Amino acid sequence: MSKNAFIQYVEDQVAVKELPTFKPGDTITVTYKIIEGNKERLQKFQGVVLQRVGSGPTATFTVRKISNNVGVERIFPVSSPFIEEIEVNKLGRVRRARIFYLRNLRGKKARIKEARR
Amino acid sequence: MSGLLGKKIGMTSIFDANGKNLPVTVIEAGPCVVTQIRTIEKDGYEAVQMAFADKKEKNTSKALIGHFAKAGATPKRKVAEFTRFEKKKSFGEIITVEVFMEGEFIDVVGISKGKGFQGVVKRHGFKGVGDATHGQHNRLRAPGSVGASSYPARVFKGMRMAGRMGNDRVKLINLQIIKIIPEKNLLLVKGAVPGPKNGFLKIERWN
Repeated sequence: MSKNAFIQYVEDQVAVKELPTFKPGDTITVTYKIIEGNKERLQKFQGVVLQRVGSGPTATFTVRKISNNVGVERIFPVSSPFIEEIEVNKLGRVRRARIFYLRNLRGKKARIKEARR
Repeated sequence: MSGLLGKKIGMTSIFDANGKNLPVTVIEAGPCVVTQIRTIEKDGYEAVQMAFADKKEKNTSKALIGHFAKAGATPKRKVAEFTRFEKKKSFGEIITVEVFMEGEFIDVVGISKGKGFQGVVKRHGFKGVGDATHGQHNRLRAPGSVGASSYPARVFKGMRMAGRMGNDRVKLINLQIIKIIPEKNLLLVKGAVPGPKNGFLKIERWN
């Protein structure tokens, strides 16, 4: 379904930052701003991209990492003003657009083959 | 009060100055033409009649064509009256979204989406009767008892039962205007508004 022209117009007003292209299966590092009181600092979140959802400025992507043996997932809106930088560390070769099967895998099984793109 | 007629376009989300992601409804509001001024002397009450959205002359009765032509306007689809307008509006005046300001709180009236004939669980938020198991049979979404026996020996009026749901006039109050785009007559309101896409809306501001 194509978007209504008026909605498109509203969304075109949102400044979309230039992000590197990445796909599910890739390992990326998202540097994002955190505001605590009136202090501002940067934090990095490195993990595997599970999925990319939506289109235009309202699109989001999910990144998963294992932190202290606990799986942590974060959803970032692509046009979030808090995203400072995205760095693509590794290109992964996966066969599907949503790699949720990764949640059930641990250790060596949770590896993703590197892709030559 | 000030007000406008509009059309629901759809929803999207935008970021505010603090970086918060806000859900917004896009409304095409106005421009509306003042087609009649009701006065106490003549009509017994005060109101401003407005018209919105063009329609074909072919589909308009001659009486209405005349009514719109008097205000110097083309035939319009939707006509509504607004009482207690804050500023005096003159006959034939065109009102745009600029009657509102960003950050203001408005009320939006629309006709909710029709849901058809619905049971009490969906229509009135009943919990249904009993369990799915333990010998229960086909009572899962039932309304239960509708009253006592020999006294009152009838079902009270207004007892909540299954029936047609939706397609009602719904008014949501205190919705915040996030953004106004005057060049396209657009109004961005925080949250959802009643009705389907392309449904007509009455937008009011009371203060």
